[in-house]
Amino acid sequence: MTETTSATSGPAEVWITGIGLATSLGEGPDANWNALEQRRINVDEKNFAPYVVHPWAPVNLDTQIPKKGDQRQMEAWQRIGTYAAGLALDSAGVKGNKEILGRMDMIVAAGGGERDLKVDSGVLTAEAQGNSDPGLLNERLMSDLRPTLFLAQLSNLLAGNIAIVHGVSGTSRTFMGEEVAGVDAARIALARIASGQSDIALIGGSHNGERRDLLLLYEFGDYNLKDKFAPVWSRHEHSGFALGSAGAFLVIESRAHAEARGAKPYARLTNVVADMSRRKQPGDMKTTLEKLWSQLGKLDGGEAIVTGATGAEPATSEERAFLSEHPDYAVRATGTVFGHTMEAQFPLGLAVAALSISRGALFPPTDSSGVEIEMSKPPAQIVVIGASHWRGEGMALVEAIK
Amino acid sequence: MTASRDKFGRPIVVVTGMGVVTSLGAGKTDNWAKLTAGESGIRTITRFPIEGLKTTMAGTVDFVTVDPFFCSPGLSQRLAEMAAEEALEQSGRGSKGDFPGPLFLAVPPVELEWPQRRELSHDTGKQELDYNDLLRVCGGGKYNSYHRRFTFGSVASYLAETFGTKGSPISLSTACASGATSIQLGVEAIRRGETDAALCVATDGSVNPEAVVRFSLLSALSTQNNPPQGASKPFSKNRDGFVMAEGAGALVLESYDAAIARGAPILGVLAGCGELTDSFHRTRSSPDGKPIIGCVRKTLADAGMTAEQIDHINAHGTATPENDKMEYLAISTVFGEHAGKIPVSSNKSMVGHTISAAGAVEAVFSLLTLEHQRIPPTINYETPDPTILFDVVANKARDARVTAVMSNSFGFGGQNASLILTREPI
Repeated sequence: MTETTSATSGPAEVWITGIGLATSLGEGPDANWNALEQRRINVDEKNFAPYVVHPWAPVNLDTQIPKKGDQRQMEAWQRIGTYAAGLALDSAGVKGNKEILGRMDMIVAAGGGERDLKVDSGVLTAEAQGNSDPGLLNERLMSDLRPTLFLAQLSNLLAGNIAIVHGVSGTSRTFMGEEVAGVDAARIALARIASGQSDIALIGGSHNGERRDLLLLYEFGDYNLKDKFAPVWSRHEHSGFALGSAGAFLVIESRAHAEARGAKPYARLTNVVADMSRRKQPGDMKTTLEKLWSQLGKLDGGEAIVTGATGAEPATSEERAFLSEHPDYAVRATGTVFGHTMEAQFPLGLAVAALSISRGALFPPTDSSGVEIEMSKPPAQIVVIGASHWRGEGMALVEAIK
Repeated sequence: MTASRDKFGRPIVVVTGMGVVTSLGAGKTDNWAKLTAGESGIRTITRFPIEGLKTTMAGTVDFVTVDPFFCSPGLSQRLAEMAAEEALEQSGRGSKGDFPGPLFLAVPPVELEWPQRRELSHDTGKQELDYNDLLRVCGGGKYNSYHRRFTFGSVASYLAETFGTKGSPISLSTACASGATSIQLGVEAIRRGETDAALCVATDGSVNPEAVVRFSLLSALSTQNNPPQGASKPFSKNRDGFVMAEGAGALVLESYDAAIARGAPILGVLAGCGELTDSFHRTRSSPDGKPIIGCVRKTLADAGMTAEQIDHINAHGTATPENDKMEYLAISTVFGEHAGKIPVSSNKSMVGHTISAAGAVEAVFSLLTLEHQRIPPTINYETPDPTILFDVVANKARDARVTAVMSNSFGFGGQNASLILTREPI
């Protein structure tokens, strides 16, 4: 759409009108909300031992990805994301609406797809057994890799699959860069709508935590939670994150656009801010969080914080120090409940915050360390925090619509 | 023209600095000289063994060193750094290590590579192994640098620190349209008034064995290995695929007001950008060409221009049978009779397809075309495809009056993005 908004008009108000969740706790707002209320956590300490992961709760893929051929063309992370994106479009009431989908923005936060572990192991084993043929790697890869596997691994092909399966075909952008990619997806989509560059956007990400190749990447930095599950705030002795599995997508749109089509909002997305602390000195990250907090807008106090704190150190301790200066806020760590879903964690936090506001209650704590306190009143403001395990910090302000 | 806003009331976005690295060389001067001389940067791969590969050539950048160890993100980072340095030096915006705007980086997806896997494998001491064995040896801090290197945000993180860009640096991928998307994000941020400067960088250093195999298995690459310089044949009847290549392009974008206020050189104007997603297929365009047609039309509308005002097209022109056919279908549909009168050229005939970097590399070449009033050739154009009736700038550079260039980028996953660059504000 050509931008015609005059520079003098104020920013458009932006609403969250669709939520799509497919997590380790189940699919849809009710299943996830019920699990949150019951403090249910789905964790696997055995299959990837010593690493702890949160497995994806199985769904009937056919309901959102009707063609088996499409399902076969995707790896798990793409299926999870495409499925959750479909739920979000359904939730917003725009599924199948070609006019809207044809001009909808899409910003996806993505990593990459799973490697073919058998092929990798086969090559390494052949080499370890003394095969030093210089063409060995090329020949094995040429003959053993599934020709279309690359498309299931490419970062931008989650967005590509959402376009193919659901017809979201206005703009398509994929942001990478671990946790903060999810923050920037929301930040840029919001900025585009607020400024009149767009009316409606699908944002989100997905992650499959049941992947040995990802465990390997994070274990280089000793970031994986090992042996036994514990809440994020109780991992001082054994720091780390338990990789989670989730697709989390949201439809956000200008208030005018939502009202014109009679869409009901969950909450307002008031602001999203992000930065990258250099994290050279202790306290650097906390300083960045304080700066972001000051940029969010008017905060009423005594409200709630939904954080994607990972459990990895020293980031979690820095964030905890920041949180301790806001003791009147009821904090909830999505990492305890859902695991760490990396690029999807911030969209997941936005979704859970919007759900809490729309249901007029914050879900109960899953922590006995004192960080998470009870909240009895309906939340009117929720700050969503996404501070990554290594680089990048972000925050959003989600508010009840008055 | 003195107006600082365009006809839609948005801040005009200008280019005040640009940098480029390709297989032809480092920097604008070297690249432009070779590009207009019709030189090819495509060569037989020497970086790794080519036994067993169907495609054995690429536009590799072999003249830079990568520290502390060679890998694709390491090379992508080095190329991006070189291009950004050149762009910032020309622009003069900000001071060293303190650029007053955000970074938008187009970068290939990152993953651990074979030399590292082999190192772990060796470390296990086993002769038969799987990922559980690798997992047992990878922790404890010995390979901490691999976490830093092979996370997706690593290149952007380094560049943001090195050049002192502000805020959260964005790493993006829209496949072969990534470079154009990085520029588009910068244009949009300036138009929103969030910033009056942005550093847009696109880079790709990913010619490694598995990347070649992956594209090869999708039948996307040319297999005309001999001579390698002749492989990339955009718009030719006997074209058979693209040639992978490496490079980087960087642009310093500023609002017109900010550039004028400090007396900066204005190298060109980002008059319009547009994108439209193709939801037909993962690797093929919708047969009716509608998404590409829509992308081109959106870009013209965004610039507030008509097709007749475009006097050169810097084509995506990958030399795959599919792309060139669809690009002609789209352009001829939108431009009508004018399509056959616009000089069209594909830089990829010489530098190959720099994939994530291509949109920015070709934006730099488009701006140099505007500056020099000279269009680089499409080399290897010996057997024209009779169904593609472009006025291809065949084999030799052509002097021409060029006021507005359209640069196209189309990629896997239905990614279509176009830019319009002009010498002066429209």
